[in-house]
Amino acid sequence: MILRLALGSLIARALTVGMTILAIALSVALFLGVEKVRTGAKASFADTISGTDLIVGARSGAVQLLLYSVFRIGNATNNLTWESYEDIAGRPEVDWIVPISLGDSHRQFRVMGTTTAFFERYKYRAGQSLAVQDGAVMDDIFDAVIGADVAATLGYSIDDPIVVAHGLASFVAHDNQPFRVSGILEKTGTPVDRTVIVSLEAIEAIHLDWSSGAAIPGQSTPADVIRQMELEPQAVTAALIGVKSRLQVFGLQRSINEYAQEPLLAILPGVALQELWQIVGIAETALIAVSGMVVVTALIGMMATIFSSLNERRREMAIFRAMGARPRVILGLLVIEAAVMAAVGAVLGLGLLYLGLLVAQPAMDAAFGLWLPIEPPSWREVWVLLGVVAAGAIVSMVPALRAYRLSLSDGMMVKI
Amino acid sequence: MDSDTSILSLSGVRYHWPGRASFGLDIPDFQLARSESVLLLGESGSGKSTLLSLICGTITADQGTVTVAGRDIASLTAGKRDRFRAEHIGLIFQQFNLLPYASVLDNILLPLRFAPLRRGRVASPRDTARRLCLDLGLPEDAILAQAGTLSVGQQQRVAAARALIGAPPLIVADEPTSALDAATQATFLDLLFAQARASGSTLLMVSHDARLNVHFDRVVQMSDVTQSAKATL
Repeated sequence: MILRLALGSLIARALTVGMTILAIALSVALFLGVEKVRTGAKASFADTISGTDLIVGARSGAVQLLLYSVFRIGNATNNLTWESYEDIAGRPEVDWIVPISLGDSHRQFRVMGTTTAFFERYKYRAGQSLAVQDGAVMDDIFDAVIGADVAATLGYSIDDPIVVAHGLASFVAHDNQPFRVSGILEKTGTPVDRTVIVSLEAIEAIHLDWSSGAAIPGQSTPADVIRQMELEPQAVTAALIGVKSRLQVFGLQRSINEYAQEPLLAILPGVALQELWQIVGIAETALIAVSGMVVVTALIGMMATIFSSLNERRREMAIFRAMGARPRVILGLLVIEAAVMAAVGAVLGLGLLYLGLLVAQPAMDAAFGLWLPIEPPSWREVWVLLGVVAAGAIVSMVPALRAYRLSLSDGMMVKI
Repeated sequence: MDSDTSILSLSGVRYHWPGRASFGLDIPDFQLARSESVLLLGESGSGKSTLLSLICGTITADQGTVTVAGRDIASLTAGKRDRFRAEHIGLIFQQFNLLPYASVLDNILLPLRFAPLRRGRVASPRDTARRLCLDLGLPEDAILAQAGTLSVGQQQRVAAARALIGAPPLIVADEPTSALDAATQATFLDLLFAQARASGSTLLMVSHDARLNVHFDRVVQMSDVTQSAKATL
């Protein structure tokens, strides 16, 4: 009955109570939304590359190798010679190996030389493969496949010509060997979106008439001649490896790391990704802190609302007292009311979150490659909601104690 | 009157509101017999409200004893006094008696929530509440209405039903009719009296309106109760 009366009292003050609940709901939705984006970003990040057991490159740091080979951030300090590549490729543990050659660019995007195996082997977001949205994977040596962002930013479509620039911020273009856009990839939310993919041979071909990083004057090999040539790279930047049995991963990693002919480094992408996330992850703590403060603000707002309602409710409290309610019933009544408001706010906030997810999920995926899964609330989220209700009850103790003292002094007579 | 026949007895009671030296109450002796109806007449400021608070135990006397139904209420802890009030005293105020957002039924049943013994005397609270409403002349469908939607006169009847339910031995009414017009006043008092008599409750009504005296067994002036007049009752 007391609960029913508390609810009745809340409904009677529907407008202020509704506003308070709305504030709590919005703050809870924000908090949970930030959590969702955070875990989604973390998962998307961890899913940047999957299905690859080892990444091999010249010896540097694990994070550095990951950054340049997968994220195309920074540069390789050194290359992996073609002999070492072939040597590793020939090892019995190796199921497949995909070479990656970086170093050139097109506009602001990196150009990556690789084999067509890359399209089969590179997996993201729990084993999803790259897919071509338009055109086809490169067939000719001067074919290029471009990521979704490249196509969108530069407005390219199939058969458009591309001139690759030497180096990354260079004014020297490999304009004697223009490429043709043969395919555009689907949006993945990975760095592949921002990459121009050509064949490994193409990388060699465009450097044919070059020496020591500059074009040899007057020398130009015609495209048809290049097509007849047997082009074998001297070195690649890195290689993605899949092993036959997962048990062999560590053995292969160790032997690559101890490779005598050349200082090499093999990394487990998952481990390196986590290492990298720890660096990026400081921002997430800040996000949580800010959204946590918003929840606290909403609860303090509720406390203020209860405080301001006390005066007009003294008569109501006096009636309770006259009917034999102890002052602590009054206290309990206010705490229950606050808990109900916080609970309704929390549940409404959860509803808002799902509504927001439904609306924003496709847009977030398309715009940022950030996949926010719609799934039942996790235990963590349930604890957050319960925490909001408990915190609501606790902050309401402050006005409730004031009401307790008021009802002790007022008794059954209100002297207003 | 001894405690067997008196439902309420105040003797040698002195009270001063904390921090207000000017105003105090001094009641040498004031008694109510079981089942009688008494009208206590006094102007506003004569200490009627303080007297009611003393009887109901929301304040306790500085000196002397207040005995309700044979129990010295000062001997009870604050929490027990609240329950004691719910068990033994039915209260009706001048106005704003009800929780406006609650149903009439919930309002009537509210004191039973805090008084298990009184609740135990009512076989079926809902039926009893409904019967009281009908006896007090409330429309049949009023019981489920929100109390705030009723007219002032109807609200006072609901307050009466709430005071009467479970037949508490003492019913205290503080100017219950002052918000009503003359015709409604008479009807209300007739109904209240009939019900109080039916449940055998003592009725103490406080008012400044001497015209009400025709209904009561006894009329007492507030000035006779307090020290200055040394009333003999």
